[in-house]
Amino acid sequence: MKKIRDFFNQGGLLLFVLGRILAGIPIVVALSILVFVATQALPGDAAVAYLANTATPERLEAIRQQLNLDDPLWMQYAQWAGGVLQFDFGTTVTGETEVTTLLKERIQNTLILMASSGIVAIPLSIIIGVYAAVRRGKLFDNVTSLFTLILAALPEFVVAIFVVFLLATNVFQIFPAIAFVDPGTLAWSNPMALVLPSLTLVLAVTPYVSRIMRGSMIEVMESEYIQMARLKGLSERTVIVRHALPNAIAPTIQVIALQLAWLAGGVVVVEAVFAYPGIGTIMIDSVKGRDLPIVQAITLMIAALYVVLNILADIGTILSTPRLRTRYARKNDTSDVFAAMGGDEW
Amino acid sequence: MGLTFKQAYAKIGAVLVGIIIAIALFGPLFAPHTFDEFIDMPNAPRSDQLLLGADYLGRDVWSRFLFGGRTIIGLSFVSTLLGVGLGLLIGLFAASAQSRTDSLIMRMNDILLAFPQIVFVLLVVSGFGTSIFLIAITVGFTHAPRTARIIRAAAAEVMERDFIKAAVAVGEKRQRIILSELLPNVTSPLLVEFGLRMTYSIGLVAAVSFLGLGLQPPAADWGLMINENRGSMTVQPWAVLTPIFAIAIFTIGINFITDSFAKVAIGIDRKGKE
Repeated sequence: MKKIRDFFNQGGLLLFVLGRILAGIPIVVALSILVFVATQALPGDAAVAYLANTATPERLEAIRQQLNLDDPLWMQYAQWAGGVLQFDFGTTVTGETEVTTLLKERIQNTLILMASSGIVAIPLSIIIGVYAAVRRGKLFDNVTSLFTLILAALPEFVVAIFVVFLLATNVFQIFPAIAFVDPGTLAWSNPMALVLPSLTLVLAVTPYVSRIMRGSMIEVMESEYIQMARLKGLSERTVIVRHALPNAIAPTIQVIALQLAWLAGGVVVVEAVFAYPGIGTIMIDSVKGRDLPIVQAITLMIAALYVVLNILADIGTILSTPRLRTRYARKNDTSDVFAAMGGDEW
Repeated sequence: MGLTFKQAYAKIGAVLVGIIIAIALFGPLFAPHTFDEFIDMPNAPRSDQLLLGADYLGRDVWSRFLFGGRTIIGLSFVSTLLGVGLGLLIGLFAASAQSRTDSLIMRMNDILLAFPQIVFVLLVVSGFGTSIFLIAITVGFTHAPRTARIIRAAAAEVMERDFIKAAVAVGEKRQRIILSELLPNVTSPLLVEFGLRMTYSIGLVAAVSFLGLGLQPPAADWGLMINENRGSMTVQPWAVLTPIFAIAIFTIGINFITDSFAKVAIGIDRKGKE
């Protein structure tokens, strides 16, 4: 405990965190420009796209005014980005509802779904990975290797439909196939609705993390300090839990963060299968209805989440690697830290 | 021992992939009905005349299944080729460029990585409308930065070797160094990347159809079939299960091949079972 406090007092980590957050800002700005350009800067325009064949000159004009489409592009962007900075993503194409109000509950529902999947998937994959590494080449390892190989190959909506077939409609009828949540309440008020979407995401994420964990653990188990620990006569349990595991987890943190970021994309399709009231279903509805302000808001939030998770992963990697921790605190040498983390991150 | 074990996986994978490609290519020749013909009651069960029953509108599931593989596999292949090709170019170019250009390219590349693939595809569809060609190109485009990253890492390692330094010292043109020195030395990671990207392409193309944003009815397409018949899965599971199994078998087969190739050729996971 004292060591950790000392380290914080030195300010090394704080500087590092600040630096990483500052480096993240231009990236998020670039992301927002990309999102804006991909949608608003179309050859036709958003009003035409939205109204399609119901367009009359008056309605087109109304929507154009609504979305400021008559202004030059950079002004449209500035206006939109200015709003985004205050968590104001504008109104829907028809101008009836604030995007932020519309998304508020849905964001919470999606976060609940991501959290409930992550809470199960991450410990589960660490346990599977570690146990498979310890029992390397034995039955458990071979069986989980085969299953993770198969699961990793399956698209998530295929897994989702298998799950529905098995547990909701045909074989067993245990859980609801449609994740119904009362409007105005959040998803955890109906935990049964969460089971199948979460299970699908767990099945999608676990193979990747457990395979990385297994590889990392095998590498650590072959190292000299583990041999040393064994030669000292420590019990195998102590060797694995106290000596090997903490060293094997560090390289897995980046993968876990990447998988959590992937979850933000994976939920889109999985929510659609279960009609789960999160940002995924509303995104697909908005894509179909060409309601661009909603699509822009959700895309930008998901991309920004990726940046944030990457920053957290870098911090987590440093915290879980004593070698980096001390080196960084002493020398403030970022290049070293980046090199040791794998080099090609931001 | 380990080698034969891995080869067995590769063989199983090849058989699985071969079966599905054969169905997709030649299936329509054996279809008893056309894909949009109404031949029975909606959701008619399996019978002697109807191998897999009828779908939610009363069309022959077996015929629709035989017709439905062409687009998804064709589109996935095209988008993978496009994306891996583009990523290869970017990766080789960055690795052989000066370090400032290299890091500029890769930073821009990293920005694109922030969009999950399906989200980026949806973003583009929301702006430009649905079109299967647009979807193939967009899926390919989302592969490119991911492939570029892998190829750059592999090529950067090759750049450090003596024969490249010799080629540079002799004054060989950059284009020649990329094509005849770098490219032949990254073929293994390239093939692994191709297999991996192919499974993701299938997932993405099928998902887009499944979400109702790809091929439009009455087209026969595995993704679309799953979506259309999902509501009546309890009474007529075959209309959903057949295309689902086909997609699953195909992606699993590719993954088996890719995985055993990665282990044998590159020595990824060389510490696996000996």
